[in-house]
Amino acid sequence: MGYPYKPHASETLVLSTHFGDPEARTLKGWKDRGGYRALETALGMDPAAIIGVIKESGLRGRGGAGFPTGLKWSFMKPDDGKPHYLCCNADESEPGTFKDREIMRWTPHALIEGCAIGAYAIGAETCYIYIRGEFTEPLQRMEDALAEARAAGIVGRNAMGTGKTINVWVHKGAGAYICGEETALMNSIEGKRGNPRIKPPFPAVAGVFGMPTTINNVETLTAVPHILNQGGAWYKNFARSDNPKSTGTKLWSVCGNIARPGNYEMVMGFPFGEFLRDICGGALPGRELRAIIPGGSSVPIINMEEADRALMDYEGMAAVGTMLGSAGCIVIDNAQSIPRQVARLARFYAHESCAQCTQCREGTAWTTKILERIVAGNGTAEDLDTLLDVADDMTGKTICVLSDSCAVPVVSALQRFRGDFEALITKKTVHTVPVVVS
Amino acid sequence: MSDSGMVNLTIEGRAVSVEPGTSVLEAAKTVGVLIPHYCYHPGLPVAGSCRMCLVDVEKAPKLAPACATAVAEGQVIRVHTEKARTARKGVLEMLLINHPLDCPICDRSGECELQDFTYQEGPAESRYRDPKRFNPVEDFGGDVVYVPNRCILCTRCVRFMDDVAHDPVLNVEERGDRAHIGKFEGKDLTHPWAANVIDLCPVGALVSKDFLNKARVWELDRAASVCTGCSQGCNLVVETRDNVVMRLKPRPNPEVNEFFICDHGRLNYRWMNRRDRLESPAIRGAGGYEAVDWDVATAGAARILKGKRVFVLASPNLSNEALWLLSRLIRKSGGAGAFRMPNGSEAPLPGVVDLALRADRAANGAGAELLGMTRSESPLGGLQAGDALLIVDHDLAPEDVAFAGRASAVVVAGTAMPAGLERADVLLPMCNVVEEDGTFTNLRGRVQRFLQAKAPSGLARPSWYVLSGLCTALGDSAEYFSASAVFDALATEHTEFAGMSYGVLGLRGRRIASQADAEVRA
Repeated sequence: MGYPYKPHASETLVLSTHFGDPEARTLKGWKDRGGYRALETALGMDPAAIIGVIKESGLRGRGGAGFPTGLKWSFMKPDDGKPHYLCCNADESEPGTFKDREIMRWTPHALIEGCAIGAYAIGAETCYIYIRGEFTEPLQRMEDALAEARAAGIVGRNAMGTGKTINVWVHKGAGAYICGEETALMNSIEGKRGNPRIKPPFPAVAGVFGMPTTINNVETLTAVPHILNQGGAWYKNFARSDNPKSTGTKLWSVCGNIARPGNYEMVMGFPFGEFLRDICGGALPGRELRAIIPGGSSVPIINMEEADRALMDYEGMAAVGTMLGSAGCIVIDNAQSIPRQVARLARFYAHESCAQCTQCREGTAWTTKILERIVAGNGTAEDLDTLLDVADDMTGKTICVLSDSCAVPVVSALQRFRGDFEALITKKTVHTVPVVVS
Repeated sequence: MSDSGMVNLTIEGRAVSVEPGTSVLEAAKTVGVLIPHYCYHPGLPVAGSCRMCLVDVEKAPKLAPACATAVAEGQVIRVHTEKARTARKGVLEMLLINHPLDCPICDRSGECELQDFTYQEGPAESRYRDPKRFNPVEDFGGDVVYVPNRCILCTRCVRFMDDVAHDPVLNVEERGDRAHIGKFEGKDLTHPWAANVIDLCPVGALVSKDFLNKARVWELDRAASVCTGCSQGCNLVVETRDNVVMRLKPRPNPEVNEFFICDHGRLNYRWMNRRDRLESPAIRGAGGYEAVDWDVATAGAARILKGKRVFVLASPNLSNEALWLLSRLIRKSGGAGAFRMPNGSEAPLPGVVDLALRADRAANGAGAELLGMTRSESPLGGLQAGDALLIVDHDLAPEDVAFAGRASAVVVAGTAMPAGLERADVLLPMCNVVEEDGTFTNLRGRVQRFLQAKAPSGLARPSWYVLSGLCTALGDSAEYFSASAVFDALATEHTEFAGMSYGVLGLRGRRIASQADAEVRA
């Protein structure tokens, strides 16, 4: 774990090596720590060769979907006569996730370097870093670093003196969760209301300004310079031996009822139970861990039996019925009301729904109203069935997955903790420890 | 794709063959399958957001929105599978959770797509138990009132103003179920075509101030018509109740007005209900006008006109049929005919090619000129002393009244007594445009039919009937007993109309060949 604590011995520091080191934020400090060597190498390479290295590394999207990065880059057809764009998704708004924030706060140059390499690899001369509106400090760090990089000729019309144009811009969002959805992000960059677009066409065909666009997460792009410096094979080795599909290191944001919350950089495939109980320090004194939302609020909630069996990579999480997602891990202990937590999450989605699709606009709000009614002690026996039915209407039927994301915590909590909901409806107490009310 | 360049697919078991790029929804229409939808409208860009048109595509894991899915060769589409019906039922239930059940006081009731599809396949009862969202009614300016509680956020209105009117006034404000349609700061729906958002609204969220609480739509009778507001010739539906025109609605015609009419045309109907009509044929005697039988009046008019040079002042809102009969009368007497074209400023609808509220504010100026009438700012300037003047539903400007004094006799055929006219010798009451059948020729030479929508006022007769009676009384051998027979005779005489008949024209009309060809050549 980086700032403000010392890293744990079981962590593998790649991206978070310089977290907490203010000198790493400056151009000089970053160069002293080996910065911009990868960009120099990259600009001397054929773009296809860069994509080859990324493909070899097995790097997958760190924003949540886990799509192979090299493959995504290869969708951008060179010489199609159109301007290409790279968008860096720094709209980190998923509840429970705060890894990109730390990357931008401590190593802004690492992201700029990753963006520049990515832009060059996909034939883009422009890269937009779309940063979340609430990220005031990271925005300042990014803008300071970008000013330095521009002044030093690292990015701009003559990037690193190679004559190539790589313009990087930071675009500040207005604080809408939905603008983290890739097509909504593009609409927002274009100055439109941040509504997701119907796909197809996919961004690689018609993205920002209708041109071929690739969009990558902050963590994904920040990993790129390390891969170019040390080789695809080096990165590929960070994996469990029986699963070569998930490679590299992953930043885990751990929050909630846990002894040591923070960001941890773990090798793919690390045992989740050990991670939670030993590295993160386990439950707070006098409490027991009860449920985990391992990948940001949009993934299924799991119980501790499942968490103890899980391995920390894309496939390991899928094996216990959840997802790695953005690795924003929300820990819930036995002093919490799970229906109340789920109601809170639903309220978030109801607040953030862009209001395009009927099921999402109405369904997220309806779900919230039912859940809040149950939590307030006014639930009825039919409410749980209605919740599941509404969740079914909200799944797989809308333009983007915000609606699905609202349904997921509800359905998974009802699968695993139905008794908690029923107890509220029948007015029985299940908690051994007084429920925290704040 | 087959050799013909068409895409072949199956929708609800029916074979469909359509152009590549057609949406599944449009393809389904061609075989009579209406896929329920709200946000989709053929005249607007696709939004794909109401999720009502979800259909089952064979081999696809997820349901697809029919409006945003292009047809593919060999595709098999099922509209009414359990899966698709359940999904649409879910959408309807969601749309209704915040929608008031105020159909009994809603203007849209009876022509509401939310009602229709809920009856068709919606849930009979809602499971929603919580309070509904409430927002106050807002005046959007122009003819439009917004009732946000009924709004289903289909955004047709927003897209119309953005992409068709090119006047961004409306937007979606807020997010989630708090969302509603809003106006940009300081803007109103004052665009000359803005009231189309009322027709586009699938529910009762955008309603017409003019029509507000006036009638239940199921009480209305409907007839196809053509707008007389300008020379564009937009297709209309005239809606009447108890012989009173209650409102005008656009009738889609891709060749003329797509799906739209301008506010000027939409609200220009009160004169159709005016009560100061000529209701009985009359002859001027010693004690003023005396109501007489039609036969007596027609014979009286013929007696006055016979042997004189007849000067005709013909309204540019007369039908081709009436104008043609007048042209025969003029030719026979060696007279002349003229009209004045009312003017206004032009107001285009930028999103549709060649569609505007035209400066020429009458429907049949083109037809009148084609049939020999002279367009003039001073139409009675050509009236010679001793001429008999026949005024056919044309208004008189003050200077016209002075000119009219030169005439040896004045016959008025029309819907009302022209203001300022001191005396007429014979009055022949005529039907107005919604009381008779006929055709207009628009500015691009498209000949279009309009149909009778209400009963004539008093003893008024259709213009073609009045004038053909007059022609016969003046010695014409032909007699006509229907508007279509007059049109057939016109088409035989004028090569521009060759091959046309009411059957050929249908309800979308046909362009005059020479003019269409000339433009293609140009």
